[in-house]
Amino acid sequence: MTEKRPVEDRQKGRIDPKLLELLVCPLTKTTLEYDAERQELISRAARLAYPIRDGIPIMLPDEARTLD
Amino acid sequence: MTVPPIFDRTLLARRRGRALREARPGADFLMARVVEDLADRLATVSRHFPVAVALGDPTGRTAAMLRASGKVGHVVEALPPADPAPAGRGDLIADEALLPFRDAALDLVVAPLSLHWLDDLPGALVQIRRALRPDGLLLAALPGGDTLSELRRSLIAAEAETAGGASPRVAPFVDIRDLGGLLQRAGFALPVTDVDRMTVRYDDMFALMIDLRAMGATSILAERSRKPAGRGLFLRAAALYAERHADPDGRIRATFEIVSASGWAPHESQQKPARRGSATVRLADALGTVERSGGETADGGE
Repeated sequence: MTEKRPVEDRQKGRIDPKLLELLVCPLTKTTLEYDAERQELISRAARLAYPIRDGIPIMLPDEARTLD
Repeated sequence: MTVPPIFDRTLLARRRGRALREARPGADFLMARVVEDLADRLATVSRHFPVAVALGDPTGRTAAMLRASGKVGHVVEALPPADPAPAGRGDLIADEALLPFRDAALDLVVAPLSLHWLDDLPGALVQIRRALRPDGLLLAALPGGDTLSELRRSLIAAEAETAGGASPRVAPFVDIRDLGGLLQRAGFALPVTDVDRMTVRYDDMFALMIDLRAMGATSILAERSRKPAGRGLFLRAAALYAERHADPDGRIRATFEIVSASGWAPHESQQKPARRGSATVRLADALGTVERSGGETADGGE
């Protein structure tokens, strides 16, 4: 059984909660906080915010925003 | 200890971006064959995988294969970094060297032709094993040591002639004997590796290089020569290639060796060797022979 995310969800940039459950910070392997407003996944341990573009998390430290 | 990087991963992202942009039908024949083979392997496994990750396949074939397999509940397509990034494809972008998956969250990881461009393959295998639940499965395919050996030899010979020395132009690939050991060291149980060799024929070396470019597989060696290689070098290499590795009809041969590997995250239900000294029957009895002490030979020695 395979479900495909509805296209509208992606366009609104909504992230699949099932995917969110699987993800951790690639550097520290710690839990991420989902910031729906800014469309970011925040790693407090690495002080990085990973961007979510069109509903697709970009889990690359090089592309993440550094938190102050 | 820091080791200088072997591969330039930023360049790899650009190569992958270019490959996606210039995709030509048929150029991904290697990925197509590898994914077909992985599908066959998956078909022989009699269990269901609730969560599977297709890791590092920019063509999307692996995720499609997993969805069609009927063995997977939820398919997560983790695309490799590509510059420019493909829009609206995949479920996430992840670097195979820095996996973003929670410990024991996945049941299956399928990595086709995506783990050979890593400086630290053992480290990546450990991360995959940790992300797997007990009794989770890794299926991977990597180019083996003989891959592109004709191209490697022709370029080295041509460069030795024209420049009086050679710089590395074809990446080192993993040896099948090492890969089994690496899986074991990374904590995988029941590791299995095998190799599939194929020969692809081309009109000339340039036709081969066009395909490699379309696969995003041209050299990303960090130590590659920064001087632009002269046209003369490639013309000479193409001539040597044609001279040494051509069939009677003039077409050249290119070897691709695909090493397949599988391993399971350990689980108590898996078969294990018996503990030493736990035997209840003498080996000699089982074999129907007479036990002799060390140093004696069957015919009484010489």
